[in-house]
Amino acid sequence: MDFDFTDDQKLLKESVGKLMASRYGDFEKRKGYQKYPNGYDPAVWAEYAEAGILSLPFSEAQGGFGGGPVETMIVMEEMGTALAVEPYLACVVLAGAILKYGKADHKIADIVSGEAIIALANIERGSRYDLNDVSMPAKLDGTEYVLEGEKSVVLGGGAADYFIVAARTSGNRRDVDGITLLLVDAKSAGISRRGYPTQDGQHAAEVSFGSVRVPVSNVIGGVGKGYAILTRAVDEAIAGLCAEAVGAMDALVKMTVEYLKTRKQFGVAIGSFQALQHRSVDMLVMLEQARSMAIYAALCVDDADEVARGNAISAAKVQIGRSAKFIGQQSVQLHGGIGVTMEYKAGHYFKRLTMIEQMFGDSDYHLRKLAASVAGLAA
Amino acid sequence: MDLNLSAEEITFRDEVRAFIAAELSPETREKLVLGREIGKHDFVEWQRKLNAKGWAVPHWPVEWGGQNWGPMQEYIFLDELQQAPAPSPLQFNCSMVGPVIATFGTEEQKKKFLPATANLDIWWCQGFSEPGAGSDLAGLKTTARREGDFYIINGQKTWTTLAQYADWIFVLARTNPQAEKKQQGISFILVDMKTPGVTVRPIQLIDGGREVNEVWFDEVKVPAENLVGQENRGWDYAKYLLTNERMGIARIGVSKQRIRRIKELAKIERYGDTQLLDQPWFREKLVSVEIELKALEITQLRVLAEARKRGRHGEVDPNSSILKIKGSELQQVTTELMMDVMGPYVLPFAASMDDEDRTNEPPIGPDYAASAGPTYFNSRKISIYGGSNEIQRNIIAKAILGF
Repeated sequence: MDFDFTDDQKLLKESVGKLMASRYGDFEKRKGYQKYPNGYDPAVWAEYAEAGILSLPFSEAQGGFGGGPVETMIVMEEMGTALAVEPYLACVVLAGAILKYGKADHKIADIVSGEAIIALANIERGSRYDLNDVSMPAKLDGTEYVLEGEKSVVLGGGAADYFIVAARTSGNRRDVDGITLLLVDAKSAGISRRGYPTQDGQHAAEVSFGSVRVPVSNVIGGVGKGYAILTRAVDEAIAGLCAEAVGAMDALVKMTVEYLKTRKQFGVAIGSFQALQHRSVDMLVMLEQARSMAIYAALCVDDADEVARGNAISAAKVQIGRSAKFIGQQSVQLHGGIGVTMEYKAGHYFKRLTMIEQMFGDSDYHLRKLAASVAGLAA
Repeated sequence: MDLNLSAEEITFRDEVRAFIAAELSPETREKLVLGREIGKHDFVEWQRKLNAKGWAVPHWPVEWGGQNWGPMQEYIFLDELQQAPAPSPLQFNCSMVGPVIATFGTEEQKKKFLPATANLDIWWCQGFSEPGAGSDLAGLKTTARREGDFYIINGQKTWTTLAQYADWIFVLARTNPQAEKKQQGISFILVDMKTPGVTVRPIQLIDGGREVNEVWFDEVKVPAENLVGQENRGWDYAKYLLTNERMGIARIGVSKQRIRRIKELAKIERYGDTQLLDQPWFREKLVSVEIELKALEITQLRVLAEARKRGRHGEVDPNSSILKIKGSELQQVTTELMMDVMGPYVLPFAASMDDEDRTNEPPIGPDYAASAGPTYFNSRKISIYGGSNEIQRNIIAKAILGF
């Protein structure tokens, strides 16, 4: 049992922390990044590439840094604290994991260099959080697949140079088998997209595919075999998201406590009132429980047993969701009016935390999934 | 980062597990599994077995039977006891008065008390709380008046757990009523329960049990040699005593054991056409608690990892207050789940609790159901004792959040 970072991990934390401070230390800068066409400043992304964090989760053979889930946790937590808006989770963690497990090494190089943004397009109207719920057909025509349909809420989809599309090559809508992952050039004929900001100041897109032709060589991980890769990649994304949430919650709790110590009413700092102190303590307890589960997620996400891995990830997502809701709501409450303004940072943490709950399965979804599991949560 | 136990820790855990399996009396274990009260005999027999093995007081100084274990080993040991389930070494002896005597007592006191305390030849109870001094312990009014070579003690203690079994009591009493601050002028005194003027009156709790008592002191004459440490420094010793209480404060093993038991019984109990355990709503409630417990277990391990770095005689980590709050809440919520399992069979109150002539009456409903209600009612104390959860919040607010 050991909760310490290695020296290299400490170094990583420090350097990412510095990078985030220089880019996000002034909250006004973040508002500036959001004005760019896809909601982030490409110069910041280039800086990530230069700092090596775009190569983080990839092996040295893939041109990467050889980091594991703990390294991703470190970076995501810093991004959560900074409220970073770049599509790091969408491109490096999520799409990156699909390329990694699908052995599509040639495209990893483009992520590492910062040249390409790759986004996973799997959600369809009505599929909600079920990764097996894929209707969009990919029909084989000679040496190409033809894609026809719509993908929704594609994270980082506005900026994407490539999409990884989950499409159905056999079976019925909710079958686990028959889902094929295809790498699709975003410039392909027949693709149209509508990018938009999300509630938390990040970006996503609705993407339509009208008879889009994709060479069979662009299949990632085997025809009809996409589901296992998809779930594993989403589990990694959830682990990363948990860490991001912890970074955001940690910052928000600190910010709220600081506010209570300085805000005066009735001639005293409102932090002198026990009701508000105890509420802050409850926020701290929720934060520490969430931190424990983010660590748990990072340390279980490489588990070879996919059921154990999925259950651990679901448990983490439930705890994160509950903690995030409590801390988000209470920090706004304790701030009072300033907490519900767009100009002040606390509300933006609240918004990001609220959206994290809606991503990759909310607390109820994961609670149900875990409850239905025969294996249950490892003791 | 790594959540796994080391090879040595696994070997140790297995050794503890095997010892419990071989040595714990099946009757004691069954009482604990069924949630029945365990008696003096169960405690004494088990603690003597632990003591013979050298495990009754592992955290004491080595010369008095300590094992020089690290925080992780201590935790594994307690967790295995809780999960077995087996009684823990009597905390009044092992975690409270023992370490205080070992640290602040005279050589004579150590020789007289420590071996007997470790072996449970002496059963101690704790004379701290008073009717007017609960969370505000320093507000205590019991006095110890010095007369020659004696202290004369007058006052009333309350919530004195298992005083009915106790041979001795360690008492906080005011020796200097004129002290400037209320924390000053308090002394830590050891009193033989057989001394004339000591009266024990049981208090029945809402579960029907009689585990706590009022203890009255009426002109109780105690030899001055029974003072521990210096006169008027008792508050410091009491604070020191509480630092030893932190280990296993969350009692995660107890909650884990109860959840395992709930799962067993929810397979026996029916709900409509299925086992209760197959009901999605029940599984969601259960797994919801399991998630929080998993989180707390890791929080506990993080606190232990910090303790390991600080060395064993560090200050109390205020994070242990987080463990107390969450750990008590989860113990309580598992007792609610157990009532969910029993359904209407929570209702019957075992007549034997109030009427000794009726102890042989058969149980009403399944025999495992009788304790569900009482355990729930009794467990409400967990968030009240050992510094109520509100006091724990005050501690965190001050020591961690800096209010």
